Amino acid sequence: MPLPSLETPHAAATPAGAPLSDSPERRLENSFAAHFAQQQNSGLPDWWLEARQKAWERFAALPLPTRLDERWRFSKLSGLALEGYTLPKGAANTYPHVDYQCPTLPPFERAATLCFHGQTMVHGTELPAELSARGVIFAPLPIALAEHGDLLRNYFHKYPAELGSEKFTALNTALATTGAVLYVPAGVEIDQPLLVEHSVEGSHSAAFPHTLVILGERAKATLVEHFASTATATPAAGARTLDEVARGGTAGSEAAPPLRQFITAVSELHAAPSAQLTYIGVQDWSLGALALHSSSIAAQRDARVLSLNLHFGGAQVRHESHSRLLAPGAHSDICSLSIAHGTQEYDQRTLQTHAAPNTSSDLLYKNALLGHAHTIFSGLIVVDPDAQKTDAYQSNRNLILSPDATADSLPGLEIQANDVRCTHGATSYRIDPEQLYYLRSRGIPTAQANEMLIFGFFEEVMSRLSEPALHDALAAFIQSKFKEI
Amino acid sequence: MSSLEIRDLHIAIGDKPIVKGLSLTLRGGEVHAIMGPNGTGKSTLAKVIAGHPDYTVTQGDVILDGKSIRDMEPDERARAGIFLAFQYPSEIPGVSLANFLRAAVQARIPEGEELDAVAYYKRLYAKMDHLKIDRKFTSRAINEGFSGGEKKRVEILQMMMLEPDFVLMDETDSGLDIDALRIVADGINSMRGASFGALIITHYQRLLDYIVPDFVHVMYDGRIVKSGGKEIALELEAKGYDWVQNELAPAAS
Repeated sequence: MPLPSLETPHAAATPAGAPLSDSPERRLENSFAAHFAQQQNSGLPDWWLEARQKAWERFAALPLPTRLDERWRFSKLSGLALEGYTLPKGAANTYPHVDYQCPTLPPFERAATLCFHGQTMVHGTELPAELSARGVIFAPLPIALAEHGDLLRNYFHKYPAELGSEKFTALNTALATTGAVLYVPAGVEIDQPLLVEHSVEGSHSAAFPHTLVILGERAKATLVEHFASTATATPAAGARTLDEVARGGTAGSEAAPPLRQFITAVSELHAAPSAQLTYIGVQDWSLGALALHSSSIAAQRDARVLSLNLHFGGAQVRHESHSRLLAPGAHSDICSLSIAHGTQEYDQRTLQTHAAPNTSSDLLYKNALLGHAHTIFSGLIVVDPDAQKTDAYQSNRNLILSPDATADSLPGLEIQANDVRCTHGATSYRIDPEQLYYLRSRGIPTAQANEMLIFGFFEEVMSRLSEPALHDALAAFIQSKFKEI
Repeated sequence: MSSLEIRDLHIAIGDKPIVKGLSLTLRGGEVHAIMGPNGTGKSTLAKVIAGHPDYTVTQGDVILDGKSIRDMEPDERARAGIFLAFQYPSEIPGVSLANFLRAAVQARIPEGEELDAVAYYKRLYAKMDHLKIDRKFTSRAINEGFSGGEKKRVEILQMMMLEPDFVLMDETDSGLDIDALRIVADGINSMRGASFGALIITHYQRLLDYIVPDFVHVMYDGRIVKSGGKEIALELEAKGYDWVQNELAPAAS
C-alpha cells in the first residue's frame, strides 16, 4: 500500500475553514481517516481519540498564517507550505529495533532513555526499579495513554502555548504517536537526567513528537530531549546492511542536499507546588527541515522550572514558548541558545504570563548568527492585575558574526499591576575588538580567540544549568556543532 | 642578551599623530620607567608595541632581538616574548580565567605537544598564592566583576605564568591601594633578572618606590624630553608636570 501523502496548498488558495473537496487537505484528511482507523483497537482512551479527531478538524479549519498576522511578523511564510511530505506509517510494533542506532549526544549519566525513530519507539531502557516502585512513569506516549489515561487527561492541553502555531500544534495532537510521558509523584527526586531521543529518517518524512512532563509536589527531575535527522532511508529499509544502518545513525554523516522534513513538536511541562523541573531541548534537525516546536510551562506555588532550548539544525525553525507563573513563589527560567548559519531562519516567540503575586521569571535568549542566517525574537511579558511584586526579566542577545546575517528583535511588556519589577532588552553586537585584542595579546591565535569569545557568549546561558556533567556534555556538543560549520 | 629597541617611532590614530619620533632601547635585566602627564602618548606607545590594531605606525620601527616586529600580529608578538599589562583589562564573560591562561600557555608549546595539566594547575596555584588571589578566581570569568586591584593582580598573575622577556606595564599602579601595590610590585620584582626587561608607564612616582627603575624617561607630547636615572622621578615629583611643560619640553624641541 502506498504511503498516504500529507499536502496542503498555500494559504492563499484555501479559504479558512472551507477546504475544497479535492484539495490536498481533503486528501490528507482521507488518508488520516485510514490512519485513525488503525488506531481504534490500540487501547487508547476514548477522550484521547476524540481529542485527536477534534484536533484534526481544527487543523483543517485553521488557515495557514498570513502576512496580516502580527504573530508571524518577519517570518518566511512561503516556507510553511506543507506539500510533498509523507505521513508517517502507523506505529508498527517493532520495538525494540536492535539494529537501529539513535543519533546521540555526548555521554552523560542518565536514569533512563527512550529512543523514537519516525513514528515508533525503537529503544528504551527501564527506569531503575526503585523509581518505578515509587510510582514514577517514564513511557512512550501511546503506552502511557493506554495505561494511565485517566491520570494524563487532566494535563493534556491544559495550558497550551498558542503563540501563532495553533494549526500546527493541532496537527501534532492529531498525529502524535511518539514522545515521552514523564510523571514523577510527590516527593520523589530523580538525580540523573532522563533522555528522550527523536530521530526522523529520510527525505520528505514528517514527525509529530509530543512530550508531557508532570512533576508532583516537591518532585525533582531533569528531562533532556534530543531531536535529530538521520540519512536518507533506502526504499527497502529492511534490506540495509548493519554498516549502512550504523552510518545512517552517525551525526554529521548526511550528504548534501539536506533532507527535507517536516516536524511539529509539542512539549507540555507541569510543575506542582515546590517541584523543581529542568527541561532541555536539543534541536538538531536536518538543514532542510521545517520544524515548529511549541513548549508550555505551568509553574505552581514555589515551583522552579528551567527550560533551555538549543538550536543547531533545520532550515526554518519556529519555537514558541509560553511560561505561566500560576501561584505565589513560582519561578521560571526560560533560556535558549542558537547557532544559526547558512540560510537558516530561527523564529522564536515567547510569552511570560504572571498570573499570581510574588512570581518571577527570567528569560535569556542568545543567538549567534553566521552566513545569511535570520533570527527573529518576539517576546512578551504579561503581568495580570493582581500579580503584584512580580519580578520579570527578558533579554535577547544576538552575536552577529557575519555582515549578511539579520537579527530581528521585538521585546514587549504588558503590565496591569502597579508594584512590579520588569525589565526587557534586546542587543545585537559583534565580537568586541578590545576583547579579541586582549586574548590575542596573551599569545592566543586569532581563530582560537574568536572561538573562545563565542563559547563565552554561550556559556552565560549554559551556566544556568546546575548539573556539571550535563553542562559539560552539552557544552562539548555545542562546540562540536560550531566546529562543523 | 635580549633587547627591545624602539627606533624613531611615529604613531597616529587616524590622521592624528600621537607619538612623534620616540627612541628607546630596553635590554634584558633593565627596568625603565616612562613618566609624563596624561594624554602625552605613553599608553599609546605600550599598545602599539603590543600590536593594537587601532593605531598606525607612520614611521620608525620596533626591533625585538634584532628583528622587526612591525608586521607581526599581536598574538605573534606575545609568543615572541612581549607582554602588556593593561591599564584597563577587558572583562570577558563566559571565559574562565583558568581556561584562558591554559590556552595562552598552550599557545607557547610546540604543536602536537600536550600541556601537562597537573603541573599547570600546581604552578598556577603557587603564583595565585604568591599574589594573594583566591583560588576560586580560576573558575570566574576573566575580570568580570573584579575590583580594580583584583584586575591588576590578575594581570601580574598572567605575566608570571607566561614568563615574557619584556613587559610593558601601563599604569599598573592606578587604582591600587597600598597593600595591593606592594603585592603587585613584589610580583614584578620576583621576576627581575637578566632575562627580564620592563617598561613601566606611570603617572606617579609612588610605584617606583617599590619597583626601583634603572632608567627614567620623561615623556611629553609624543616625545621623550628627558632621560636619566631614578633621581629624575624624585625631581619630577618635587617640581611637578609644569616643569616638564615649561622647561623640559621647550628645551627638547
